[in-house]
Amino acid sequence: MSLGVFGTRHVQALLGSLGRLARNPLATALTLLVIGLALALPAALSVFVIDAQMATGGFGDAIDMSVYLKSGVPLAQAQQLATDARERPGVARVTLIPADLGLQEFRKYSGFGAALDALKSNPLPTVLRVVPRRAASSAADLESLRRYFAAWPEVDTVQLDTEWVLRFNAILGVLRRLGLITAALLGAGVLAVVGNTIRLEILNRRAEIEVTKLVGGSNAFVRRPFLYTGLLYGVGGALLAWVILEAAVLILDPSVTTLAQLYGSGYSLQGPTGQVLAGLFGGGMALGWLGAWVSAHRHLRGIEPRA
Amino acid sequence: MIVFERVSKRYPNGREALTHVSFGIESGEMVFLTGRSGAGKSTVLKLVALLERPSRGTVTVNGKSTGTLKARHIPAFRRQIGVVFQDHKLLADRPIFDNVALPLVVAGAPLKETDKRVRAALDQVGLLGKEQMLPTELSVGEQQRVGIARAVVSKPPLIIADEPTGNLDPDLSLEVMRLFRRFSDVGVTVLVATHDQHIVRELAKREIVLASGEIQGDGADPLPHVVASR
Repeated sequence: MSLGVFGTRHVQALLGSLGRLARNPLATALTLLVIGLALALPAALSVFVIDAQMATGGFGDAIDMSVYLKSGVPLAQAQQLATDARERPGVARVTLIPADLGLQEFRKYSGFGAALDALKSNPLPTVLRVVPRRAASSAADLESLRRYFAAWPEVDTVQLDTEWVLRFNAILGVLRRLGLITAALLGAGVLAVVGNTIRLEILNRRAEIEVTKLVGGSNAFVRRPFLYTGLLYGVGGALLAWVILEAAVLILDPSVTTLAQLYGSGYSLQGPTGQVLAGLFGGGMALGWLGAWVSAHRHLRGIEPRA
Repeated sequence: MIVFERVSKRYPNGREALTHVSFGIESGEMVFLTGRSGAGKSTVLKLVALLERPSRGTVTVNGKSTGTLKARHIPAFRRQIGVVFQDHKLLADRPIFDNVALPLVVAGAPLKETDKRVRAALDQVGLLGKEQMLPTELSVGEQQRVGIARAVVSKPPLIIADEPTGNLDPDLSLEVMRLFRRFSDVGVTVLVATHDQHIVRELAKREIVLASGEIQGDGADPLPHVVASR
């Protein structure tokens, strides 16, 4: 068989399957809807996880530690300590907050101004706000940085303000796993839906299959249109899932942007990345094809021509 | 072209449809297979078309023994046989063109050649110009001729027909049989199962007579005889 004939056969099978799906718009639409929803859910989870990761990337600056100096450390010495701290590898920025400035800010933002006036001396220590480099922001790096500062004799305590970021990353890890489980379960669902749809199609076309085998159609020839039907279900389902995702992003984005602004971030939803779309279409096509193949393999063998 | 050697066929339900049947059909021969219904005519055709395999004995078609042919070689085997059915087995939802083209499509013929050959086959059965009609829009006789066009479109060396005139009036029957004779005249082997004695006499071709699964007479021999082998 020449390549041209081979191609012609496949194009014929593909167009035939496409035509058949188009002739039963309602049944096709329902099947596509089921597949589209099943694909959209895990894809939405992965979009959420990826977007949230990008968001915490934006929160990288929010990882910092407060180094509280002992009271009585003079300002000049504090400035020297800040300079030393800047030289420590893994440190991006150090801001010195003198006790006076701290008191002013506290008075301004806390609303305890009158209570503070009652105090004879400034109860607040001088603070170094240390922002680590992003590359040195792992839990272990932060811990070693914390110990380094805590060992200084002028330092009272070191407080890490990062635990919520670590927790958030852990939550994302859980969601990622959840996404994988959802993808596996709903993927199995897509297999079953496509497999069953193809099985019904095979039963409906039994007479045609018998005649085709009778005139010398091979199993591969008889199977081919069903495989293309499965593949088309996969592509159509993925397309529908994409539309659902974009619509969901469109609806969610204003409120997410508002939320991000409340946290001082300019972040907004990005929608499915190329990677997610590749996974969506690749997964959809693979599942559609596989479901059709299993079904066709099982049910076509039993159909032999009778005279 | 076809050789049956002491062929017996027992169906799973226990019915023995053929018992020790032996005959040979030469390439280009036209042969009638006659007998009452239930005599085993259909079983002989099924064995030739490899819809069934023999229980005992060997069936050889075009040099290939059907008993041992592997499943993956069956499609290629069937492509060299054109089959015509009494109920013609056309696909009701496909136009005439698609029905006739099916054997060429499964064999992977190029589109241009498919088009040419389908028209030629429809021309031979007198149905040129009806390519786009559905089978149900044609008369029974015309549907039968579409079935014949489908059987001959890929120019197989062997055509088998099971009661091809069963639903036709005598004039149409004769017309269909003459069509088969024309194919035989150009070298195609034709095996027709029929109970229509009138037609068999009219065409004066070899006749194999079956009764209760055994050969009762073979018109290729000078005198019909009962096969003694039991």
